[in-house]
Amino acid sequence: MSLTTNPRTTDTPSRTINQGRPQRTLRDKYGDRAFSIAATAVLMLSILAVVYPLYFIVIASISDPNAVYEGKVWLFPSGMTTEGYERIFADSRIWNGLGNTVIYTVLGTAVSVSTILCGAYALSRKDMPGRKILMLLFVITMFFDGGLITKYLVVRDLGMLDTVWAVVLPGAVGVWNLIIARSFFEHTIPNELREAAQMDGATDFKFFFKMVLPLSKPLIMLMIMIHVVAQWNSFFDALIFLNDDSKYPLQLVLRNILIQSDVSSTGTTGGDIESYAAAQRIAELTKYAMIVVSSLPLMIALPFMQKHFTKGAMIGAVK
Amino acid sequence: MSRTIPARRGRPVAAPLPQRKNSLSLRLKRISRAWQLYVLLTPAIIYILVFKYWPMYGVQIAFKNYNPVDGFTDSPWVGLTHFIRFVNSYQFGQVVGNTLWIAVLGLLLAFPIPIILALLVNQLQSEKFKKFTQTVLYSPAFISTVVVVGIMFVVLSPRSGLVNNAIQLGGGEPIFFMGSAEWFRPIYVISDVWQNAGFSMIVYLAALAAIDPALHDAAKVDGASKLQRIRHIDLPGIMPVVTILFILAIGNLLNVGFEKALLMQTPLNISTSEIIQTYVYHAGLQQAQFSYSAAIGLFNSLLNLALLLVFNTIARRANQATLW
Repeated sequence: MSLTTNPRTTDTPSRTINQGRPQRTLRDKYGDRAFSIAATAVLMLSILAVVYPLYFIVIASISDPNAVYEGKVWLFPSGMTTEGYERIFADSRIWNGLGNTVIYTVLGTAVSVSTILCGAYALSRKDMPGRKILMLLFVITMFFDGGLITKYLVVRDLGMLDTVWAVVLPGAVGVWNLIIARSFFEHTIPNELREAAQMDGATDFKFFFKMVLPLSKPLIMLMIMIHVVAQWNSFFDALIFLNDDSKYPLQLVLRNILIQSDVSSTGTTGGDIESYAAAQRIAELTKYAMIVVSSLPLMIALPFMQKHFTKGAMIGAVK
Repeated sequence: MSRTIPARRGRPVAAPLPQRKNSLSLRLKRISRAWQLYVLLTPAIIYILVFKYWPMYGVQIAFKNYNPVDGFTDSPWVGLTHFIRFVNSYQFGQVVGNTLWIAVLGLLLAFPIPIILALLVNQLQSEKFKKFTQTVLYSPAFISTVVVVGIMFVVLSPRSGLVNNAIQLGGGEPIFFMGSAEWFRPIYVISDVWQNAGFSMIVYLAALAAIDPALHDAAKVDGASKLQRIRHIDLPGIMPVVTILFILAIGNLLNVGFEKALLMQTPLNISTSEIIQTYVYHAGLQQAQFSYSAAIGLFNSLLNLALLLVFNTIARRANQATLW
């Protein structure tokens, strides 16, 4: 942030200090200006590189598949159609997957967030005997991991295969999130507050639920979002732990349609080539639409979530 | 501080005496006084015992011939048989090589780019443009891996993909990107940068925001250019964060992006896309060679741990920030 003492610059009197434009002085050499222009250009190109593929997918999803196929769609949709979307909404696998994902997300987030908040608060209390050793118990798991195979065998031995719990529990507590939550409590809940509450006879439970949690809304929001996004987007636990496709979450359904079907259709099959090609194009159209539909909920929520994630990065950076 | 609080209420607050004489009964008293905290911690402890330490205990099957009847503990020992078999298998060189290739390529590209982006975004003057850039650049992090790979398949499709349409427009021949072994690594790394650079940038931006603005003002008075200020103020200012994240990245070098590699695999690119962890998945879960694949997984974990220790030591020698 530049500490401009003079709120108004001579050449642009309409700009206020809040817009952060520092005054142009002799010190502001050509080199600086050239650097600014180059930096802005690089960032603009980066933005374009991020946005254009996504934009293309949106317009391709509502364009005539033949136009997309022939490479006529670049900036605007052509030959508008909603067939891709109609096909998705008629596809029961998608709806079923979506329903499962909602269940897994709600349940998983509830389990993860409550476990993390309770555990992190206990670990944030410097007066809890054994705190260091208990913390070490968690930290060790960040650096050494039992591996995929033994995790699978444990879940199998617990009889959780093909149940909701296999998707919800094995990844429930991330140690990194626990550390973020712990340092949040350490930095925002003053010791004096606790001591005062305890003088008034509040137990640790009471203090945690009545005082700490209401004071920790930003943290709770952050934790909820981290877990909603992670659970919404996850597919791997479902892939290894679920066999019954009626239990598949949306991401696994998407994988089977978006990726697996492409792999299996890479070779040309015999038969009626014309109708095969037409079917191919419709399938592509459906894929574009499917990408849009599955990413839309999080993309819409993004501006709302951004603030919390940025804050989370700050807490993480403080360590 | 706690001694100023009267213990009359029956629940005095913290350690009553700062003396070293921690007799057993005193210690037990403190422990029993904190029982509610232990109750709060219990679910998390149960979680790591069951889902982290139990699998860790199970790692011994890497040295055994696991069978479900005998379980982790009673399966017969076979020593290093599985490790030897892996090292001698024809996949060993290929799988380890592929893993190192994408790990190192990823580190070379995916590690510095977020730092550069953060330095560039940080010096933007318009707060609005700053925020807009930030939001746009990190939005792909919210798209799932499945969908990102799905996007690759449609955008890079040889028949109708955007990229191949552009190539044909320029008079080139279409390339079957997802079905070619040479293209796997570039696509893997570029898509990683595309998806995650913006999100990784946030931490550096937070670190940059913590730099004392007085430093910049003083440098400006002395006539330092923007580039000089980035070089001499911003970079040293975020160096501790950079070092720590670098060590963590090294410690995770061989773990990253396994899900994406698995999703991007096609029969045609398997010679470059089969990495240690996808191999563990195929051998272990699809072919049920539990002990053999657990051994490979352990090999991977130990390699990671060794890298982490080495780089942490190097960082300490160089007087940089370290993990411990």
